[in-house]
Amino acid sequence: MSTLIAATRAEFAKVFTTRIWWILLIILGGYVALLSGGLGLLFGATSQGMLGASEGVEGMPTTGLATMIYSTATSIGYVFPLLLGALATTGEFRHQTLTPSFLATPKRGIVLSAKAIALFLIGAGFGVVAIACSVGAGSAALAGFDIDTALDSSDTWALIGRSVLAMAIWSILGVGLGSVIPNQVATIVVVLAFTQFVEPILRSVGALADWIGTVTQWLPGAASDALVGASFYGAMGASGAQLDWWAGGLVLLGIALVVTVLGWLATWSRDVT
Amino acid sequence: MGDLGQTIEFTGLTKSFGGFTAVNDLSFSVRPGRVTGFLGPNGAGKTTSLRALLGLVNPTSGTATFDGIRYRDLASPLTTVGAALEAASFHPGRTARHHLEIYARAAKLPITRARESLALVGLDGFADKRVGGYSLGMRQRLGLAYALLGDPGVLVLDEPVNGLDPEGIKWIRELLRSLAAEGRTVLISSHLLSEVQQSVDDIVIISKGEIVHQGTLADLDTGDQLRVHVDSPDRAALGAALEASGFQIEMSRSGFIVHDVEPGAVGHAAFVAGVELSALQRKTSGLEDRFLSIVGGGAS
Repeated sequence: MSTLIAATRAEFAKVFTTRIWWILLIILGGYVALLSGGLGLLFGATSQGMLGASEGVEGMPTTGLATMIYSTATSIGYVFPLLLGALATTGEFRHQTLTPSFLATPKRGIVLSAKAIALFLIGAGFGVVAIACSVGAGSAALAGFDIDTALDSSDTWALIGRSVLAMAIWSILGVGLGSVIPNQVATIVVVLAFTQFVEPILRSVGALADWIGTVTQWLPGAASDALVGASFYGAMGASGAQLDWWAGGLVLLGIALVVTVLGWLATWSRDVT
Repeated sequence: MGDLGQTIEFTGLTKSFGGFTAVNDLSFSVRPGRVTGFLGPNGAGKTTSLRALLGLVNPTSGTATFDGIRYRDLASPLTTVGAALEAASFHPGRTARHHLEIYARAAKLPITRARESLALVGLDGFADKRVGGYSLGMRQRLGLAYALLGDPGVLVLDEPVNGLDPEGIKWIRELLRSLAAEGRTVLISSHLLSEVQQSVDDIVIISKGEIVHQGTLADLDTGDQLRVHVDSPDRAALGAALEASGFQIEMSRSGFIVHDVEPGAVGHAAFVAGVELSALQRKTSGLEDRFLSIVGGGAS
């Protein structure tokens, strides 16, 4: 047990002694703040007809608008903890630091577990920063148009808590993915292609027919949105069926753990030459 | 006083990658208090053997242990064994001190050991510089600092001399000698005997994955051929005298090489013939030649 704690401390140190974590964190915070603030202004202005009235828009409901805007922290920001986790493992392969890591902790399962634990906690930290940015910028924008910020609602705070959990799980999925695909460039390409292209398209298709939706609700992004409980995609009508929040959380965690076990089998337990 | 170091024991170690046998039935032991050279040409299986010893590579069969315990089963690996394998196992964006502190944490060592081992290898002035800017020699020293992190009784170093300047080579020789003198077990690999012959007591030579020679450095020397270099202001007279004595001789740029006799016998032959000598010297250290003939059957 104490070996696991020591290894986890080492994994924290690995992340915080290189620069990538704060670079990703700054981009995440800025991106989410801009997006949620921008959406707040856009919808606020639209709801008051300031952008010019069009058929049906003047009656645009503003209920649920706040949580949809806050959820950009995860529905758009999840790629950042995912990348951080992936870089944490691919970096070990790329810079051949598996050798000193496995010399210091020869039980490799402990190293991989420690990495998953450390990245889960750091991912949660990313989640706190992301949701703070989206709630901060989004609620400020909404308040400017006298739209309900929903910050007095316990449901909103539950959503904030679940967002932090989602971001933490995404980091574990990154760790697993990086172990399955140890090539750093390949992993980054896969992460960006899947999150920005493949899954959004599949989920849009899923909204077209119920039977497709029952399949696409199991995708990691859909499960993550289900866990959080509100979604930018959902609001745009781009997703169909959705799991319960707890089921979404279990699906996302299950995907993360299965991928990590695959990584163990594919690379982690192999010869280090 | 007991030895600080454990005995390394290779027992029938075999490692195949696919159909290729990199190491075949390797058995030898490495004793504390001595520096053992693990020699062989590139591709002979040295690195694979050392990685199997350290639990980084799973042997196909056989074992490699420290006082009977496999690396993966050591209670405190970094305080038992320190290893440096090849260069560049560093994140270039990390400082040397941070690099070592990570593994000090993982091994439950005091964080201050990072600075202390950097001082031991002469890198204390560069502790907070990013490793990406290090020269090859500095990276070798950082690798060695990692090996010394836990103040271990056993040191396993793969090609530690590579990339060091002459001053660095002299420094590492003295360091290894003093570590062995403290009773530690020191195993170093090299593809060149001449690089390590001034540091090692024992040698194990492998070629194509199998042991071809094992013993002390002195053992290798006794197999050396006896050769005498001799010269005279009057080379013609010297040549005639040597031939008259029935020696096997060979012309060289600076006189003659006489095979299989002691220098005294050559001097006597010249004296009897009344030839003045300007040089009379036993040729030593055909060690590298011996080494090459053992590993390559004289091919190289």
